[in-house]
Amino acid sequence: VSGPTASEVYDIPYTSVSSFVLLMSSLTMVLALAAINRKDERQMRIWLLATAMLGLVFIGGQIYEFTTFVDEGLKFDTSTFSSSFFMLTGFHGAHVTAGILMLLSLVMISFFGRLQPGAARKVELIGLYWHFVDIVWVVIFMVVYLIPT
Amino acid sequence: MTHEPIEHVEYHEHHQAHPSPRAYVWVAILLAIVTSAEVAIYYLDLPNWVLVAGLAVFALIKFAYVARWFMHLKFDERVFRMLFFTGLVFALVLFTIVLSLFFLVGDGGPAPLVTRGG
Repeated sequence: VSGPTASEVYDIPYTSVSSFVLLMSSLTMVLALAAINRKDERQMRIWLLATAMLGLVFIGGQIYEFTTFVDEGLKFDTSTFSSSFFMLTGFHGAHVTAGILMLLSLVMISFFGRLQPGAARKVELIGLYWHFVDIVWVVIFMVVYLIPT
Repeated sequence: MTHEPIEHVEYHEHHQAHPSPRAYVWVAILLAIVTSAEVAIYYLDLPNWVLVAGLAVFALIKFAYVARWFMHLKFDERVFRMLFFTGLVFALVLFTIVLSLFFLVGDGGPAPLVTRGG
């Protein structure tokens, strides 16, 4: 095993803020669903955009974190730890990115008035995907970042 | 006679039990508090097993609240809960097998040792 260890590169306060941002995006997502259930499409768009923005903040944070790690000598092929870390968190980041694209697509479809009927179900399904990505991060944050081995 | 799309009708019936936005905000506040506690105990000088147990409990609380309230498993049919937990059990089994392989066959674990507070 070579390269820096986890404790040398992790910035727990920084990642904690990112985790908090992703957790709060689940709140804005359910508020979007509550809005469309009230048939308030404008509010729904606002909450969906807020969710996408929070997702972008999370992804931006992850890109910054990856860049910092690489600068500190922790690359994908540095060690078993680094490959596992980049693979696990990178895959999660890819899913968050897919979620952001789905959210933005939904906003655009709604903006051009093509969301009815069954709009709430579409919001709900994308919401379920988003929450699942969130709970996966709950586990990753604990197992990868916080638990000492 | 007007016909509402089936998908739409089922949706409204299913959504009668959804909580209010205020309830969602309370759940989010609870999740924020639990996340703060989770990070706080990381910095306490606790024995490893206490720390791991504490982190696991906090993560479980967050997981359960997001799944039950935000993914509304709490208000859904029993069959959805069964589907969710069946997938979860499979995921845990796979996780355990892969982790065991790391230690039994691999090079002694997926990560270098983490030094607390390092």
